[in-house]
Amino acid sequence: MHTTTAELIIVAIILLDLSLAVSGSLAACIRLAAAQGVIAAILPLLAGSGAPESRAIIFSSTVILLKGVIFPWLLTRARVKANARKDVEPFIGYPASIILCLGAFAAASWLGTRLPLPETTRVAWIVPASLATIFTGFLLITTRAKAITQVLGYLVIENGIYVFGLALFVEQPLMVELAILLDIFVAVFVMGITIFHISREFDHIDTDELSQLSDWHPQRDGEAE
Amino acid sequence: MLFSVVSVVVLLFSALLALIFNRSALKTSAVGASGAVIASLTGLIPVVKTLIVPARETLSLPCSLPVGSFSFVLDPLAAFFLVPVFILTAAAALYGVDYLKQFDGKKPLGLAWAMFNVLSASMVVVILSADAVPFLIGWEAMAAASFALVIFEHEKSQVRKAGIIYLVAGGAGALFLLAMFALFGIGSDSLAFSSFTRPAGGLASVAFLCAIMGFGLKAGFVPLHIWLPEAHPAAPSHVSAVMSGVMIKMGIYGLMRALHFLTPWQPWWGWLLITIGVVSGLLGVIFALAQHDLKRLLAYSSIENIGIITLGLGIGVLGVVKAIYPLAALGFAGALLHVVNHALFKGLLFMGAGAVLHAAGTAELEALGGLSKKMPRTAVYFLVGAAAIAGLPPLNGFVSEFFICFGAFTALRAPIQTATGAVLTIAVMAAIGTLASACFAKAFGAVFLGKSRSLKCAAVHEAGPWMGFAMGVLAAACVFIGFASPLLVAPLSAAIACGFGPRLGLEFSAAAGIPLLYISAGALTLAAVLALITVFRKFLLRGRKPAAGPTWDCGYAAPSARMQYGASSFVQPLTDFFQPMLRTQRHYSGLKGFFPAGADFHTEANSVFYNHLYAPAANLIKRLAFRYSWLQHGRLQLYILYIVVALIALLVCKL
Repeated sequence: MHTTTAELIIVAIILLDLSLAVSGSLAACIRLAAAQGVIAAILPLLAGSGAPESRAIIFSSTVILLKGVIFPWLLTRARVKANARKDVEPFIGYPASIILCLGAFAAASWLGTRLPLPETTRVAWIVPASLATIFTGFLLITTRAKAITQVLGYLVIENGIYVFGLALFVEQPLMVELAILLDIFVAVFVMGITIFHISREFDHIDTDELSQLSDWHPQRDGEAE
Repeated sequence: MLFSVVSVVVLLFSALLALIFNRSALKTSAVGASGAVIASLTGLIPVVKTLIVPARETLSLPCSLPVGSFSFVLDPLAAFFLVPVFILTAAAALYGVDYLKQFDGKKPLGLAWAMFNVLSASMVVVILSADAVPFLIGWEAMAAASFALVIFEHEKSQVRKAGIIYLVAGGAGALFLLAMFALFGIGSDSLAFSSFTRPAGGLASVAFLCAIMGFGLKAGFVPLHIWLPEAHPAAPSHVSAVMSGVMIKMGIYGLMRALHFLTPWQPWWGWLLITIGVVSGLLGVIFALAQHDLKRLLAYSSIENIGIITLGLGIGVLGVVKAIYPLAALGFAGALLHVVNHALFKGLLFMGAGAVLHAAGTAELEALGGLSKKMPRTAVYFLVGAAAIAGLPPLNGFVSEFFICFGAFTALRAPIQTATGAVLTIAVMAAIGTLASACFAKAFGAVFLGKSRSLKCAAVHEAGPWMGFAMGVLAAACVFIGFASPLLVAPLSAAIACGFGPRLGLEFSAAAGIPLLYISAGALTLAAVLALITVFRKFLLRGRKPAAGPTWDCGYAAPSARMQYGASSFVQPLTDFFQPMLRTQRHYSGLKGFFPAGADFHTEANSVFYNHLYAPAANLIKRLAFRYSWLQHGRLQLYILYIVVALIALLVCKL
């Protein structure tokens, strides 16, 4: 195990979490999430002492291709086609975002010590980093207005789950990971199409304003009694 | 057991075929009905065998489920419940061939036949299941299929309302059953009936209450009965017959099985069952008295009969707890036999009501009348059913009600507490019998006797041949059980031994053998006297011609058919007496001036429990729910936040 390299990657993942929380540009966010996915995909190559197995290489390159090339491309395309504004339109300020992100990291460190994990984990901070990444993904989903940032949030959550899976199953994370990846792929695909169509119909992809489409209308349904 | 499987397969296969032949009413009816009849005939073979030679056949299908297995058992108790299921579904299917013709071209008959056969199959599965998972699958399939049949005429708003109420009641019942099976399965790794641990003490009582709620919602215990008077009239009549005749009995069957897993019983369970029986029996028949619609009346009368069955079950449990075994044996026997009897006569009566509805276009009692001249066969069958349900000898209703009363008499010398229960049972059974007689005198009189009260009844025709045949079979069965009751001792004792212990089976044979012979002898005597009277009448009329003339009308110059005693006026003394419970609404405009031009009077039978219990409760829940409507604001981000918070809370809780 190339422990030092792995630990460096973990640090990079945490730093990318923080930058995702404060980045205001949509294009930058897409790139940051892609970068996080790519460096996380290197992790399985570092398992074991010698040269990586061919299976791990194939797997890693698939993940890198998807997360580093295809997803960013789809998302950028959706962003351009939907003519979205360039910023992420957060509900809360960037200082609040980064404080929440740091808080999440603190909580994740505490959780990491409490979780009953197998003893195989040798890379320091891998569990807190994965949990923090998952929290960051949720942060992106819940505090940003655009539908596209929600897709990004799911991608970041997936990165977190991926790292967590590596921490848990050093040998056999691949099947689980592939299944999740497939789900996310479909989700990105569907959401890309939906975002495109919604923006064409309504001239914006602001989910906050799409609440008018829900089945609940306070004015109409209100206190009927 | 093989034949039981064959019968389920035939039912499901014919359901599929009925769907395929949906285009042609003739083909789909032929396939659906013949499937039901063939399935019933094959299904009855092992059932009858098991009842004659008590045995226990098991079957485990080789496919596994996550928490259960497809294991089935055919024992005498299951066989006893399968008898009415097979007989009534076959009769109802034949009846449906004629009855559904009126919907040809207007409704998807293929769907109706498919759902009818799925309903039959699901009941067989429920009865045969020896594992909670297939039991619940059958239970839910039964609810779903019958729901589809209830909303058959969904263009009527009343039918849609009935459908919603039925759906809610079914869902709520299934929830209680899930809780009950979970309690039964505590500490065991499977949900097979054979591996159930017996919960003790407080847990046993909780499981018992879950069973009462879950099965009571299906059976129609007051106050859980509100779906019956809505759903039974809404469904096509042959479906009403099956639902009221056998489907609600699945609740009784489930309760009996549940009691089996809950031994030793606690005394208050018996008292609770007796209370439910008394309340359901009395309120059911009182509400039935006040109804204006024939099918609603029959639905309320089903609640009454469920009350009688529960009363029998209650004194049975009490008898076992207090070690008064004849009381227990006869109580259980009464409950079991009344399940079969009620299936026969209520099926018959619903079919009769359907024939009337089909012929006259209405089941409104105040609009009918004089149908016995147009529909003599239906009138005779309906009369047999009405006399049987009123518990009159020499018909089958008398035998089962006799068991319950006879059992109660054996406990009169018991300690005062039990004796009080016995006296209460006897008094209530007497009251129910009396009121039921009044109720069905009203129903039969208003529909078949006198003269037609509306023009609609002028063009009435007799029911079709299949309808007549189905009713004839059920009427013959009612008469047969009334006369040949000693033949029932062996099967009943086998079912009791299987469900409640071998000792009670022996106790029943000992207690009931001789009295049943007396009942048979009495029935034969009665028949002989009737035959003699008929011969004597013929003899007196020899050579004379009977003439028909107008009824003496107290000298009134222009009597009309509307001046006959109506259904409401016939029972008015009784409904006035029970007005505090019935809360019938009266609208009377009164006569005004010296030369009054017109007046108006009508009454509305109230759904007391719906209006005074469930509607206020639903409103309260709605108000509470609206208080939290700010939680549902349509913001996706915050919805996801809810999920995240819930997940983190669960994670932190677990640490």
